Amino acid sequence: MLELRNIYKYYNPGTVNEMCLFRDFCLKVEKGEFVSVVGSNGSGKTSMLNIICGSIPVEAGQVRIGGRDITREKEYRRNERIGRVYQNPAMGTCPSMTILENMSLADNKGGTYGFRRGTNKKRTAYYQELLSRLDLGLEDKLEVKAGSLSGGQRQAMALVMSTMTPIDFLILDEHTAALDPKTAELMMELTDKIVKEEGLTTIMVTHNLRYAMEYGNRLLMMHQGEVILDQKEVEKSSMTVEDVLTLFHEISIECGN
Amino acid sequence: MDFVVSILEQGLIYGILALGVYITYKILDFPDLTVDGSFPLGGAVTAFLLTREMNPYLSLLLAFLAGALAGVCTGLIHVKFRVRDLLSGIIMMTGLWTMNLYIAGTANVPLFSQETIFKNSLLEDVFPKGLWPYRTLIVIIILTLAGKVLLDVYLQTKSGYLLRAAGDNAALVTTLAKDPGNVKILGLGLANGLVSLAGSVFCQEERVFEISMGTGAIVIGLASVIIGTSIFQKITLFNATSAVLAGSVIYKACVAVALKNFEPQAMKLITAVLFLVILVISMERRKKVKTDA
Repeated sequence: MLELRNIYKYYNPGTVNEMCLFRDFCLKVEKGEFVSVVGSNGSGKTSMLNIICGSIPVEAGQVRIGGRDITREKEYRRNERIGRVYQNPAMGTCPSMTILENMSLADNKGGTYGFRRGTNKKRTAYYQELLSRLDLGLEDKLEVKAGSLSGGQRQAMALVMSTMTPIDFLILDEHTAALDPKTAELMMELTDKIVKEEGLTTIMVTHNLRYAMEYGNRLLMMHQGEVILDQKEVEKSSMTVEDVLTLFHEISIECGN
Repeated sequence: MDFVVSILEQGLIYGILALGVYITYKILDFPDLTVDGSFPLGGAVTAFLLTREMNPYLSLLLAFLAGALAGVCTGLIHVKFRVRDLLSGIIMMTGLWTMNLYIAGTANVPLFSQETIFKNSLLEDVFPKGLWPYRTLIVIIILTLAGKVLLDVYLQTKSGYLLRAAGDNAALVTTLAKDPGNVKILGLGLANGLVSLAGSVFCQEERVFEISMGTGAIVIGLASVIIGTSIFQKITLFNATSAVLAGSVIYKACVAVALKNFEPQAMKLITAVLFLVILVISMERRKKVKTDA
């Protein structure tokens, strides 16, 4: 489904600070998989997501979706079939636009943004229904600007907005990291619900090992641009947070910290 | 009475310019100095057409298109060549000075004998005789309101939503599978089209094209937008575009009052000081909101 083939990625190429992150990096994600990715800082988790989405270029290798090579495709074009939620809650919504306007914008993804009315009144009930599933009371605040919502509310909205239209992939880049523990918990439950209902292929980067264990059917641990642990459903269910933590300590010792 | 009418006329003509600046400065968050070149561009195009006895109403349309083209160029320089926003505008503004001279022919084109949107045979036929002395103001009001209403309608379309999103959160536009760069280019085109339209109306009202008419146009535009949005946005009766138009009239009133008491040379200094005062006042306002929250 999604395939990263022999990816090479350098940072600051040609300078003394040249740093090779990925050397012949390969990864395959099958349709319907929910992959949790963990790893220390600088291990290449976010870079991997950026490479998949086309936010950063690669030196060599291929990114393929459904057998099609999209390595040279522009980021915004790839996004037609990708939904992405960022760590920063402010990135998923337009602060100066109302909730209704934000929902309308997202609803039109993949369509032409022409001279038709921005908000289709007939869709309002549908938006309200989507928002009511969040249990945050947002369905009654359609005329409120997104900028006046809390981080958790915005992040929940960002998740709904990115999964409103049919997508092949959901990319979650530490999307609970900026939220308080209780909101983060709610956010994860909500994510799981949406992913299951829509049957979305999902890649989630997280620093929370418990979420990585509890959610998803595949676990990846990354270290210095390599996948050092890849557990599918059966093996994954037999692992505990302690196992992963032990592994984490081992790689940290290797690094000398 | 004449004093008030003249302020309204000037304020509303520059109001069209301010609507353009509102798009770049407030919506796109793009400090667009192209304005100093695209305002006289509208005038130059108008001078070119009117001296060749073209229909003055056609000059409005062509001035808009010429300005839009200039704005699109600024956008292309910024987006495709990755030149910083401020510099892209400066480059276009500088280049347009020469372009305007070429288009108009000379630095100064009087338009006294030509038909304009304020004085032509069609207008004389349809306009009620009683209101004839106020025809300039009335035509300006109609044009400005038309510009405002069209802009309001546009901002409520899907394309308009995307424009607002591009200034607010370009990353979101990308996730919506649209190129934020193209949206920016479109916004700059629209904005400078309005600015150039204002230049055309201004020339026809003053009955002269002057190459230096654009100097400081951006300051007037910015001042109008800032006055308008900081004073009137709180009043629910005023939406953003109405606030900008009101801001423009207030700004012109302030300048007119100041000029009554000072000599004409003081004009630019008054403008600068007034702008500074407005900026300081509006910033204080923002601080207050923050401490309240």
